[in-house]
Amino acid sequence: MTLTAKDVAEITRLLETSSFDELHLEFEGVKLSLRRGVSADGARVAAPLVSVNTPAASQAHQATDRVQPPLKQRAKPAEEGVKAIEAPLLGTFYRAPKPGAPPFVEIGAVVTADTVVGIIEVMKLMNAVRSGVSGTVVEILASDGALVEYGESLVLVSESK
Amino acid sequence: MSIRRILIANRGEIAVRIIRTCRALGIETVLAASAADRDSMAARLADRCVCIGPPRPTDSYLKIDTIVQAALGVKADAIHPGYGFLSERAGLARLCEENGVIFIGPTAAQIDAVGDKLRARAEAEAAGVPVVPGGAVSSADEALTLARTIGAPLLVKAVGGGGGRGMKRVDRLEDLADALALASSEAGAAFGDARVYLERFVASGRHIEVQVLGDGAGRVIHLGERDCSVQRRYQKIVEETPAPGISEALRTRLYDAAVRFSERLSYRGAGTVEFLVDTQTEAFYFLEMNARIQVEHPVTEAVTGIDIVAEQIAIAAGDGLRLKQSDIQLRGCAVECRVNAEDPERDFQPSPGLIRELLWPVGTGIRVDTHIEAGSRIPPFYDSLLAKIISWAPDRSAALAQLRQAIDQTRLVGIQTNLGFQAEVLADAEFLVGAVDTGFLSRLLDRRLPITSEDLARG
Repeated sequence: MTLTAKDVAEITRLLETSSFDELHLEFEGVKLSLRRGVSADGARVAAPLVSVNTPAASQAHQATDRVQPPLKQRAKPAEEGVKAIEAPLLGTFYRAPKPGAPPFVEIGAVVTADTVVGIIEVMKLMNAVRSGVSGTVVEILASDGALVEYGESLVLVSESK
Repeated sequence: MSIRRILIANRGEIAVRIIRTCRALGIETVLAASAADRDSMAARLADRCVCIGPPRPTDSYLKIDTIVQAALGVKADAIHPGYGFLSERAGLARLCEENGVIFIGPTAAQIDAVGDKLRARAEAEAAGVPVVPGGAVSSADEALTLARTIGAPLLVKAVGGGGGRGMKRVDRLEDLADALALASSEAGAAFGDARVYLERFVASGRHIEVQVLGDGAGRVIHLGERDCSVQRRYQKIVEETPAPGISEALRTRLYDAAVRFSERLSYRGAGTVEFLVDTQTEAFYFLEMNARIQVEHPVTEAVTGIDIVAEQIAIAAGDGLRLKQSDIQLRGCAVECRVNAEDPERDFQPSPGLIRELLWPVGTGIRVDTHIEAGSRIPPFYDSLLAKIISWAPDRSAALAQLRQAIDQTRLVGIQTNLGFQAEVLADAEFLVGAVDTGFLSRLLDRRLPITSEDLARG
């Protein structure tokens, strides 16, 4: 297995949607370290191929134990024709109807306004999140099991004309 | 259990106030804010802000499930409810108890006990605390029988109400049946509880309340009293401590009654026992207990030097009462005036909008609790409290002079406020003498505004 540029982009995106500040990957002789941070032009800085010194797990633990910065600054879709499906309420976001089940939608899925794209749990009450728009899923921003705020962008959909 | 992270389920000045103490204690704060408050001062000062819903309180600040879910989601150890909103809803305390989140306040059972005004009356009587003559009524006939023994004028009050909400005054007994039906249906709609009860209307009374702290295991101390008789339609405008012009004997009886009542409940946390004091006879009656921090708590902090929010947190964390009654020293006088976004010239209509310029007073003995600054937008969805200016001095006249100067120094441009009106109140001859009753403000307004609403309508 090799690491393509597309893979790195995908991993970067995962880090962005997660609550972690850093991610370290090591397999088949490849080491990948990513760190959250914003460069002068506003783009996320990825610092690949830096050797790993600390076990990723302990760093991840430290990161989750701190109060995380607000999620609200997350960039809204700038691309034309791309709509964000926003969380209708605060709660825990789940991508699948139950643990282990396939997600409601993946990237590339075709959705209509009524398509369920996830669920938000509020004190054991499950609320279906519907797309509200018709089109193709281009990005999934919220990670499974994460706390999402009211109005937070969950999924990006390229609207069909 | 230690508290390292607190979710603040409130907004405005009290959210900022709670964050300030948390910072001093090294406790992390997460603000649960509505979409209208995402850019508020509290949102900026908190370590983190989570958006809990749209601006309307019923869609955000009043959603118990969402608040507890937010606390669990951000791994908060405790929830501070502030005042108003969910602060006296047993449902929030109960859901916290069920989910291992500390509720900074009394137990759900205690909130139930004082929230039901009839039950609170019964507890007061059992604790040997006098209550206004009256009682429960379940039918119009029963009400009339009771009303004859009490005598008119009397008040029909909602069991689930409080703070003046859900009350009807009856001056003639023949009007009782209609008032009863109206009050009952209004109470049902407003509080989800149509039960009403009768109380004698005490025409000339002062509103004096006692601040208490309880450890939840039966030990209770008091932090002195506050006189909140300057009210407009049961909304407090100016609060002060100590209550001017009452005898030391009466003061001690009020303290003892408040402590006895709270001890009977094994009250946990900070609370306030409100009394109606008959100015002529020095008799007093239990009104209600507020099971939360109160807007006017800073005057008590000013004379005791105690951070009440810090004590609330300590009690919630299981540290119990860190103070003995003998530790409490009441020094000097403190007066608070509420700065509201309302227009006294237009019957105190709310005045939301953009604050363009703002300068708060500074000086020894002056404290300003606020959440607004130049550029703040006052949303129309919430109450109109902008700030509280608190003045402390060794004696009352010095504290009042200092507060008048502080109001004079304040510059707030962009929206209408009651600052000018407050300056009039604080300079009023009757108020300066002290010991005014709850009818004082309406008398002042009658003197001040000879114009009737009909005149205004005619333009």
